[in-house]
Amino acid sequence: MDLQSKAPAGDIETRWSRHKFNMKLVNPANRHKYNVIVVGTGLAGGALAATLGEQGYNVKAFCYQDSPRRAHSIAAQGGINSAKNYPNDGDSVFRLFYDTVKGGDFRARESNVYRLAEVSVNIIDQCVSQGVPFAREYGGLLANRSFGGAQVSRTFYARGQTGQQLLLGAYQSLSKQIDAGTVEMFPRTEMLELIKVDGKARGIVTRNMVSGEIESHLADVVVLCTGGYGNVFFLSTNAMGCNATATWRAHRHGALFANPCYTQIHPTCIPVSGENQSKLTLMSESLRNDGRVWVPKKKEDIQKSPADIPEEDRYYYLERIYPSFGNLVPRDIASRRAKEMCDQGLGVGPEVDGERRGVYLDFGDAVQRLGKKAVEERYGNLFEMYERITGEDPYTTPMRIYPATHYTMGGLWVDYNLESTISGLFVGGEANFSDHGANRLGASALMQGLSDGYFVLPATVANYLATAEKVEIDQSHPEVQAAVQSVRDRMEKLLSINGERSVDSFHRELGKIIWGYCGMARTKEGLETAIEKVKALRAEFWKNVRVLGGSEELNVSLEKAGRVADFLELGELMCRDALMRSESCGGHFREESQTEEGEAKRDDENYQFVGAWEWQGEEQEQVLHKEALEFEYVKPSQRSYK
Amino acid sequence: MSTINLVLHVWRQTGSDDKGSFETYQAKDVSEHSSFLEMLDQVNETLVADGTMPIAFDHDCREGICGSCGMVINGTPHGPQKATTTCQLHMRQFKDGDEVWIEPWRANAFPVVRDLVVDRGSFDRIIGAGGFVTARTGSAQDANALPIAKGIADQAMDAAACIGCGACVAACPNASAMLFTAAKAGHLNLLPQGQPEKESRTRNMVAQMEAEGFGHCTNHYECMDACPKGIDVEFIAKLNRDFVAATVTARAPLNTRAK
Ligand SMILES: Cc1cc2nc3c(=O)[nH]c(=O)nc-3n(C[C@H](O)[C@H](O)[C@H](O)COP(=O)(O)OP(=O)(O)OC[C@H]3O[C@@H](n4cnc5c(N)ncnc54)[C@H](O)[C@@H]3O)c2cc1C
Ligand code: FES
Repeated sequence: MDLQSKAPAGDIETRWSRHKFNMKLVNPANRHKYNVIVVGTGLAGGALAATLGEQGYNVKAFCYQDSPRRAHSIAAQGGINSAKNYPNDGDSVFRLFYDTVKGGDFRARESNVYRLAEVSVNIIDQCVSQGVPFAREYGGLLANRSFGGAQVSRTFYARGQTGQQLLLGAYQSLSKQIDAGTVEMFPRTEMLELIKVDGKARGIVTRNMVSGEIESHLADVVVLCTGGYGNVFFLSTNAMGCNATATWRAHRHGALFANPCYTQIHPTCIPVSGENQSKLTLMSESLRNDGRVWVPKKKEDIQKSPADIPEEDRYYYLERIYPSFGNLVPRDIASRRAKEMCDQGLGVGPEVDGERRGVYLDFGDAVQRLGKKAVEERYGNLFEMYERITGEDPYTTPMRIYPATHYTMGGLWVDYNLESTISGLFVGGEANFSDHGANRLGASALMQGLSDGYFVLPATVANYLATAEKVEIDQSHPEVQAAVQSVRDRMEKLLSINGERSVDSFHRELGKIIWGYCGMARTKEGLETAIEKVKALRAEFWKNVRVLGGSEELNVSLEKAGRVADFLELGELMCRDALMRSESCGGHFREESQTEEGEAKRDDENYQFVGAWEWQGEEQEQVLHKEALEFEYVKPSQRSYK
Repeated sequence: MSTINLVLHVWRQTGSDDKGSFETYQAKDVSEHSSFLEMLDQVNETLVADGTMPIAFDHDCREGICGSCGMVINGTPHGPQKATTTCQLHMRQFKDGDEVWIEPWRANAFPVVRDLVVDRGSFDRIIGAGGFVTARTGSAQDANALPIAKGIADQAMDAAACIGCGACVAACPNASAMLFTAAKAGHLNLLPQGQPEKESRTRNMVAQMEAEGFGHCTNHYECMDACPKGIDVEFIAKLNRDFVAATVTARAPLNTRAK
């Protein structure tokens, strides 16, 4: 398969505007004749459904929560980037583009990243016009902060609830369209299968999560905005329901899955506290602006109260190893170094599974330097959240943090139009692989979701509708019937196994395997072991899972079982991709490929490509396709944060 | 690590046509570090092992922000800890041997779906009636062309912090949705962007709230106490003022939506 990015050539600054001009439009009077399915109503899908509805298309939108307002985007805390350069500190579209390509460790497509940076300025305008209450300065202008080590202040924020406010903005616009009847909303409805007719995406099969009813929905184009797959790890900062089912089902129909091994481990999360933990909580990265990271220098100190460890016995390892970036090194580096400290037996906090996995994030100096009030103003709500969860007060005792899975850069392969390898199937937001390469910069996911949803997809989806031949099909089409039947069969199968183990126990075990072997550091042997373990676990799942109840009722175990079954396939592919890529880049660290100082070592000669996998059938090894990456504007260099 | 044992009385109801009743379960060896929902996960694992359907409850982020979770715990929405959602309530708030009564939100406008899961679609319809600013995608002016006094922006954010969980309704003796509606309308009515539609928004949201069957607000203020985000009842007073102002200009009958 020849992967065509379809990115326009020529001057990068005008690529998107030229491309937009060359795309076809749909006459406003004809738009209501087109049916569009949008699966997922987080930032990407919510923004898209609202925009297409307002433009007059006939939209059906789906989400698994009881309301679109609850999508996982709501949990984003820190902020959203934009190249507005309001602080006049030297930012520009080109600089945001440059930082994103470099931050992604030269594994993203330049054209897409440039467009993202370009559109970023429109996003802020759009959100403010909707009434998103971003933080402001006393003069009434928008406030910005520097985030995740960026050297300019380009992050817009709404207290510690940026994702919530952006999502509510999109949700409110969407609600207006739902009320107006241009968008039909299906909450508590899960997509379980893609319908493909004559090689094109033509609809989806869904399950009503209240009544259990299986239905098919047909359309002229299908867009998946279903978020990331971080929950493969079981413990992650993602919401409990985040899943890969929609993208994985599309993958099984021929949509290539790109770079599945690129996952982001966020350095500042609250450590695991016990065996029954269900999820991990992120503490915003902004904390690293003022908090200092350390571990005890001596192993005998790890159980001491941090207050009893004198200054000279504390190892501020990030400040030591990276004098110029210090505590603000990129996420992957901060995460890996924390792991290294704990591997050396210097971790702090309670013992879980025989290990202490935690490092201190200390605000003692900040409180002294700025005063408690200033610290409270900046981080008050985060400190409260920390105290609620751990029972400890971060003003007086250093926080304990440890990395956790947070974001997935991999996803369905898409071209410049965000169209997958299945014609008529578009993918937006975290669900696609497009813009972040091997590592995403802080505050850039919200930007990408809204860029895709408000600006890119409305144009490219319209172009598709204007150029594709319109063929009517109905529910009686054999492909539709077959898709519905396959969903029914799968439900029946899951319900009939009636084995010994709960769905969660399989999910937890899968998470442990992937975290252990395909987490912050990966090796050839480890990945080979993991693949065997995942296969064995998958085989056991289909023999020994216990799902009670029936399919025609609200059945939480059944919902979870379907998702975990897909994770059990995706988990293996993540390991295979990590095994194939025997270089280190961004969030993917192969121990075999590191510099003398222990930093990630890329291998541009052999791995400067997107790895996109093609499904071959159950229990068959997938086939790798490569999209070569070219860098015309940002020349690949080794990242250095020393 | 210390663990506790609890006796749970949990509302079980298979669907809207079932009457429902309390069932008693033992929660054993619960870590004080567990959240309330993790405690329920643990109980559910034992139920599944015994062949009993697990307790259904809504939840997603488990970070106190999505507003999915919510149950009445010993008579209080979201349980004993102030300004805390159920998912953020931790078991160190309970003692060994405690009996815990767990029920769904109870309100006519929130029918029970199953066990502790209720249908809050009425909230979405209140937003659809007017809880937005019309802003056509792609046509916005530069964001800084409209400076907004920090005080106003901060106040709008205080209102916008509502997570739409419904605890205010569950806490209210009349099952009124005034705090929710006031927070949502207040956020937009305060901002300059919200001015052109302020009157229709206020009228239509209030009309929709009444059409959904929520009760009237008689100033008990239990809602503010139960709100996990501490939304101030001051916004209810503001909504009342905005409503009076909007009725003066009303061209459509007050209790129907001008569409
Ligand atoms: C704790 C946390 C903090 C973060 N902070 C930041 C930050 O500060 N800045 C930043 O830029 N990024 C941040 N991120 C990342 C960012 O929030 C996400 O990447 C982004 O919001 C994803 O948006 P989305 O629209 O792609 O998907 P989501 O918001 O995850 O939406 C997915 C949608 O798909 C639906 N869905 C999923 N599967 C199905 C299915 N099978 N059937 C039907 N519907 C389905 C869901 O119901 C939902 O509506 C953070 C992430 C986390 C976890
Ligand atoms: S689960 Fe999201 S607020 Fe509790």
